[in-house]
Amino acid sequence: MRVPMSWLRELVALPASLTAREVAAGLVRLGLEVERVEEIGAGLTGPLVVGQVAGFEELAGQKKPIRWCQVDVGEERPRGIICGATNFATGDRVVVALPGAVLPGGFAITARRTYGYVSDGMICSARELGLGDDHTGILVLGECADPGADALAELELPDAVLDIAVTPDRGYCLSMRGIAREVAHSLDLPFADPVERLAVERLAVERLAVERTAAAGADPVLPPGWPVRIDDPIGCDRFTAWTLAGLDPSATTPVWMRRRLLLSGMRPISLTVDVTNYVMLELGQPMHAFDRASLTGEIVVRRAVSGEMIKTLDGVTRALDGDDLLVSDVAGPIALAGTMGGASTEIGPFTTDIVLEAAHWSPPTVMRMVRRHKLPSEAARRFERDVDSEVALPALRRAAALLAELGGATDAGLTVVGSPYPRPHIALAAGQPGRLAGRVIPPAAVMRRLTEVGCQVEGEYIFTVVPPSWRPDLADPADLVEEVLRLEGYDAIEAALPAAPAGRGLTARQRAGRAVGRALAAAGYVEVINYPFVAEQRYDDLGLPADDPRRTAMRLANPLSDQQPLLRTTLLPGLLEALARNVGRGNRDLALFETGLVFRPGPEFVPAPRVGVGGRPDPAELAALDRALPAQPRRVAVVLCGQREPTGWWGPGRPAGWADAVQAARTVAGASRVPVSVRADPHAPWHPGRSAAIFVAAGTDAERLVGHAGELHPGVIAAFDLPPRTCAMELDLELLGVGDVPVAPTVSAFPPALLDVAVVVDDAVPAGEVEAALRAGAGELLESVRLFDRYADPDRLGPGRMSLAYALRFRAVDRTLTVQEASQAAQSAVAEAARRTGAVQRA
Amino acid sequence: MSGPNDPAEVAAPELLDAAGREAEKAFAEAADLAELAAVRAAHLGDRSPVLLARRAIGGLPAEVRSAAGRRVNEALATIQAWYEARHAELTRLRDSVALRAEAVDVTLPWDRRPVGARHPLTTVMERMTDVFVAMGYDVAEGPEVETEWHNFDALNFKRDHPARSMMDTFFLEPESAGLVLRTHTSPVQVRAMLERGAPPIYVVCPGKVFRTDELDATHTPVFHQIEGLVVDEGITMAHLKGTLDHLAEVMFGAGLRARWRPSYFPFTEPSAEFDVECFACRGGSVGNPDRPCRTCRSEGWIEWGGCGMVNPRVLTACGIDAERYSGFAFGMGVERAVQFRHGVDDMRDLVEGDVRFTLPFGSEV
Ligand SMILES: [Zn+2]
Repeated sequence: MRVPMSWLRELVALPASLTAREVAAGLVRLGLEVERVEEIGAGLTGPLVVGQVAGFEELAGQKKPIRWCQVDVGEERPRGIICGATNFATGDRVVVALPGAVLPGGFAITARRTYGYVSDGMICSARELGLGDDHTGILVLGECADPGADALAELELPDAVLDIAVTPDRGYCLSMRGIAREVAHSLDLPFADPVERLAVERLAVERLAVERTAAAGADPVLPPGWPVRIDDPIGCDRFTAWTLAGLDPSATTPVWMRRRLLLSGMRPISLTVDVTNYVMLELGQPMHAFDRASLTGEIVVRRAVSGEMIKTLDGVTRALDGDDLLVSDVAGPIALAGTMGGASTEIGPFTTDIVLEAAHWSPPTVMRMVRRHKLPSEAARRFERDVDSEVALPALRRAAALLAELGGATDAGLTVVGSPYPRPHIALAAGQPGRLAGRVIPPAAVMRRLTEVGCQVEGEYIFTVVPPSWRPDLADPADLVEEVLRLEGYDAIEAALPAAPAGRGLTARQRAGRAVGRALAAAGYVEVINYPFVAEQRYDDLGLPADDPRRTAMRLANPLSDQQPLLRTTLLPGLLEALARNVGRGNRDLALFETGLVFRPGPEFVPAPRVGVGGRPDPAELAALDRALPAQPRRVAVVLCGQREPTGWWGPGRPAGWADAVQAARTVAGASRVPVSVRADPHAPWHPGRSAAIFVAAGTDAERLVGHAGELHPGVIAAFDLPPRTCAMELDLELLGVGDVPVAPTVSAFPPALLDVAVVVDDAVPAGEVEAALRAGAGELLESVRLFDRYADPDRLGPGRMSLAYALRFRAVDRTLTVQEASQAAQSAVAEAARRTGAVQRA
Repeated sequence: MSGPNDPAEVAAPELLDAAGREAEKAFAEAADLAELAAVRAAHLGDRSPVLLARRAIGGLPAEVRSAAGRRVNEALATIQAWYEARHAELTRLRDSVALRAEAVDVTLPWDRRPVGARHPLTTVMERMTDVFVAMGYDVAEGPEVETEWHNFDALNFKRDHPARSMMDTFFLEPESAGLVLRTHTSPVQVRAMLERGAPPIYVVCPGKVFRTDELDATHTPVFHQIEGLVVDEGITMAHLKGTLDHLAEVMFGAGLRARWRPSYFPFTEPSAEFDVECFACRGGSVGNPDRPCRTCRSEGWIEWGGCGMVNPRVLTACGIDAERYSGFAFGMGVERAVQFRHGVDDMRDLVEGDVRFTLPFGSEV
């Protein structure tokens, strides 16, 4: 809502010294968001005068029309001025900047030679004066002061405009009337509601109509207007219409009104349209004018029937929905209620008779129509937020009076049908606002504040409050409390801390989540936080098989980019893109990680049920709501490329490899205190020979696959444009879980017995299995086992054979082991390895 | 001249004296440990004058034996001490030469193990969360794909109301599914109330939220919020104020003023937006072009979040007796907190994952 200060001053008696910024600060204190204060005509200095076009000559041979004008500026002789606009005629009054004037933006006016003439000043457009964006031509003043008069005074310059973002609950602030009320509250000034003034005023157009009726021998009342019927009282509880005849189609909108429209961000169009827009800005009631000559029979407010069509003012023919609310006549739909008028009854340049509509439309109905037909408008914006249910008639009278005065309309007839819904009676304990604020607010203050905003308040300890018709947002006691506290000022509220019950800190899972991040950062990984939006193509790029569950992704109905409509089912696409982005910026040795949710819809679609909000839903409803959600497990993933350890003065570096990725899985598992084991498992998007599956509780009934790690498939690396040998790991943290509270080991003070064993196995045997067998066979004296050497030597070991050398460390808790005990344990370890893997001990 | 067995000669002071002097001289002249070892036998060995004298004492008459014994022992102890002192000195000398030879250039780099870092959004979010954990709050979490009921209906966002369409929501297909990407972390509050049932409820909900804003220097479609919810008997706006003041003090330092502006959120009533005095300029930049402030863009205040008293309709929808209990809720953007706490000018830096941006933040902030 754009609020010109000059207009505001007409509605509230502001002290002359009060600046726009001070007014803005007061509104901010009351909760209106003033986004900016625009100074209009700042830096504008005269001489700026009213001029009258005495005549002009169109210059020939120019690329665009150029006029050489003689303009009377109240001097002895007219001045000659060159002008590039054509929207004026001889006799029009215009704004002339004379040499010496400076226009906004530091544009100094001088007498200058152009198109072969000396242009002795400039005829100004609205935009050049800072009055809005209209630059389709120069500003034609219409009726105004005589040539030579100060145009700055005529145009009320300088001025200021407050640009206010109105929250959805305060529809009444989409009018000058509503803003003026808030300004008065914020400054503790009296407020005279223009609607109340209208209620007692007898308008000239009404007097004339009544007199004419009486003269014709009928009752001396306002004659009835166009017949109207409401068939849908849910969608419309009040419809008023004024019939006007004898409008002068050539009448123009006076400059004072055009000026206000321009400053409010609206474009002047024609007198009728301008007046309806002006009254909408002033009182908040959108209106629509039908061409009376095009109407056929009774106007009916009803829902559309399927198959009906309407051609709207924008020239689009629209198929109507059964939920659309229509204004129709006998011939069919003539307007989408509160949203847009129809083309068949549009007023034109020769319209003299109109039916002016002002109605109260149901906000949700209008909102659905706007959404369905994608037709946002200034009118709909007000109806969506709800308009004062009692303002239709006063607004209509105001508009009729303006059209009679400015457009010469004479005839009048009034139709008023429907009755606004009764307003709620809200019971409010007088102490409630104070109780919620945590301080004492006397009942008298509560009553005063509520009365200020327009409520009727009765009672002493329990107030019965009837909110004003323009505040449909006041429905509950809590809404009234807010009004009281807002006007009392939030600054008055003290600060105190509530006594929370003793807390338990983070849960084990939350602590483990942090530990995982810290462990990966300590291991050299840098965290990234990617968007969860994925292109469909990425699942092909990952080389996922056609039936891979990761291809079953949720799809956004309104993605930001049509290229990325899916939600991620794996963290890898985002991470790989982040990796490629870093590589593109010259970061070559990279290790990234991310933790976040992935979205895995179930096999069948389950819509969420419609559940009420009148109380706690029953368990079945809550369960049904949750069933509609996809599984959303938290995952962790890493990607890495380049050098894992750099080359340096210490010697050569080491490239990142599959083993780093697998180790990252162990790092995560370690941070979660969950032992994992690793097995080869060809799995997309990894290199089939360099892909490890990570298991928890391997070999038990509770065994579960928690993720994969290794080097990526070369095809995936090519598709994502990654450095060769890029590696990755991804684990499901929900499946991984959190390990038990660790139990302290018994630390023996006796000396260890150290024994090395080397075995030869078929090179297809995983080292992990050999180690597991050694552990199993060694028994409880084994303290640790570590692979310290691994090599193939076809000459000595035979082809396809591999030597694995292990350091075994034995120790007992209660004695020093004898050599015999230790070598016996080592032998049984080797025996178990031989049994399980065919390992042969080397001498 | 008397022989060695002459009682008068054995352990004669002059003799012991001379032996001592020679020993001291010999030890002092030993240039290293090997030379010292070589001369040791001559002065402390079995054939050394003092030990020979001690052996001879046994043959002395009783009346002089003890005096002679005392002299010999003293002389021996003195020589021994000289030896040890010299030995220690020569050991130090040897070691210092050896250590000097092992000197290295300690300014050489050792960036052999690359370091990592956590994202500042993560660490700042944890920092803020911990403030509330320290006050006794639980940390609550919830799904990011959420039902419209949890994201809107239960929070008093009515269907076909502009407040609902203002949230710039991502909807999931099919739209009949009634699912959205949560537009705020408030549905977690709903879940917290439904799960916990009876108050007192003190929870803080950090998490990722989604709105259909294009990424630019100040907007991102995916961002982070941290919300708090308290429902208990006798909760007032004063409690809300005290809690937010405490958070601001922990995050930005003591003594900063707070400013509340009335606002509108369907799930709180009354509602406010709260600003914190700029911790960088403390308002000193306002109207002072010579001292512009990057943190608050010379406005003196930092917009920090929204808050209010829980709308009784929300309590009712979650099965809590709104007559008996009241509550407050507040929420703020973590991106904003990171931006002004760490001077991040461009939102895109928080989104793009460039390691050069994230590394300086380390693992904790
Ligand atoms: Zn500042």
